[in-house]
Amino acid sequence: MSRFAALLAPWALIALLLGGWELACRALHVPSYFLPPPSAIAVTLIEDWRSLLQAAAYTLSNAVAALVLASLLGQGLALAVTMSRILERAIQPITVVLQVTPVIAIAPLVNIWAGTDHPERALVALATIVAFFPIYSGAVTGLRSADPDLVRLFELYGARRNQTLARLRLPSAVPFLLEGHKVAAGLAIVGTVVAEFVAGSGKVQGLAWRILDASFKLQAAKMFAALVMLGILGVALYALLQAVERAGLKWWRGR
Amino acid sequence: MTVASLQNVEVDYARGRALGPVSLGLAAGETVALVGPSGCGKSTALRLLAGLEAPSRGEVVRATGRGETAVVFQAPTLAPWLSARANVALPLALAGVGKAEAERRADAALARVGLAGAEAARPAQLSGGMAMRVSLARALVTEPKLLLLDEPFAALDEITRRALADDVLALWVASRPAIVFVTHNVEEAVYMASRVVVMTRGPGRIAGDFAVAGPLPRPPHFRTTAEFRATVEAVSEALGQGMAA
Repeated sequence: MSRFAALLAPWALIALLLGGWELACRALHVPSYFLPPPSAIAVTLIEDWRSLLQAAAYTLSNAVAALVLASLLGQGLALAVTMSRILERAIQPITVVLQVTPVIAIAPLVNIWAGTDHPERALVALATIVAFFPIYSGAVTGLRSADPDLVRLFELYGARRNQTLARLRLPSAVPFLLEGHKVAAGLAIVGTVVAEFVAGSGKVQGLAWRILDASFKLQAAKMFAALVMLGILGVALYALLQAVERAGLKWWRGR
Repeated sequence: MTVASLQNVEVDYARGRALGPVSLGLAAGETVALVGPSGCGKSTALRLLAGLEAPSRGEVVRATGRGETAVVFQAPTLAPWLSARANVALPLALAGVGKAEAERRADAALARVGLAGAEAARPAQLSGGMAMRVSLARALVTEPKLLLLDEPFAALDEITRRALADDVLALWVASRPAIVFVTHNVEEAVYMASRVVVMTRGPGRIAGDFAVAGPLPRPPHFRTTAEFRATVEAVSEALGQGMAA
């Protein structure tokens, strides 16, 4: 398979699917509130680009804030937990309960606590909960992943606890941290969107709200346009974090 | 002078006795090979000498201070995020030696193991033999009085093994640390050591203690001498008896 064909293949499939969709809509006279043709979605994307971009910026900024918070909390707690076995024992059941509870089930409560004046606080809080776990568990695993023989060597050379942490455990954790952040980035978007759905309307003006609002009005093309933006957002954030991961691993391994 | 000794030590693990009772004294500058079947506790004996493990009974006496004992493991055990130089400088950095001084000594140690010019390379860019040499340089950089090698060449091909064996002996000449190395290769043991200690199958006891005549480092064609062959035969026989015991 040539490089050119490999690059072209996914785009060709997308073009084929979109073409089939367009043709089917026209040939079968599908009502546009049910399934609009891709051309109608494209028109909506162009007409509404300004407000769509605003909505995307709203969703993205909340997701990024959540990612930063989750990163600080996840790594901080992982560090504390690896320093103290008793703390780990104490925290573990809570983290498991929080992890297995669907975020959508917690959302209404968090919305009440955040108050109607600051719905974005609820969004950030909920997205943080979702993005927290991959970073936390990656950091815990990473901090414990140091080569046992290297740990013995540090012991042999009389390394102090903070020396072992700074020169061995933290650097050993780097690949796990990079992976954790990459997964968490996607989840932060998911968490924000879920929280937006629960918040419903009012001051929350993200992409999920656009979808909800358009669905109340049976404007399927607008729903699709917001979905497309959401897809682009997710892919862009993931691609960015993947590039960071690659660069980080290259630096870590030296090649 | 005795650098370290095991005095009637025994080690018990949850699954039962792993080693002993064993008594073994190491004189300064001696090179001792510890030979025995897998699972006989020879690596455990090495860890006792290093102070990385404590005996269940008996006593380990060591005349070496902090930084005077060095260990080389079967794998190179290098930090992938550090250059060869930084890996070698690590024991010095942990002991609080200044960066410039530590790097100067690390470069010198790398040059001694034939790796001048590879100071900036990362472990991932090195071959298995080169990585093992970095590991050796890291062990030598503190100028230890006791150098412990745990099957250091087991993962390498025969040609690299032999080259590294000669290198270790050449390095030994420079500062004459006491060397203990664990191996299950009898020829390697006789070639490298002035004394070969044979262990029985686990829980290991000492089945034989052989002095190897001839100069260290070995002259060319030492492996073909009658003396070498005779010692290999004797050690092999003791090993066979130890397996049956």
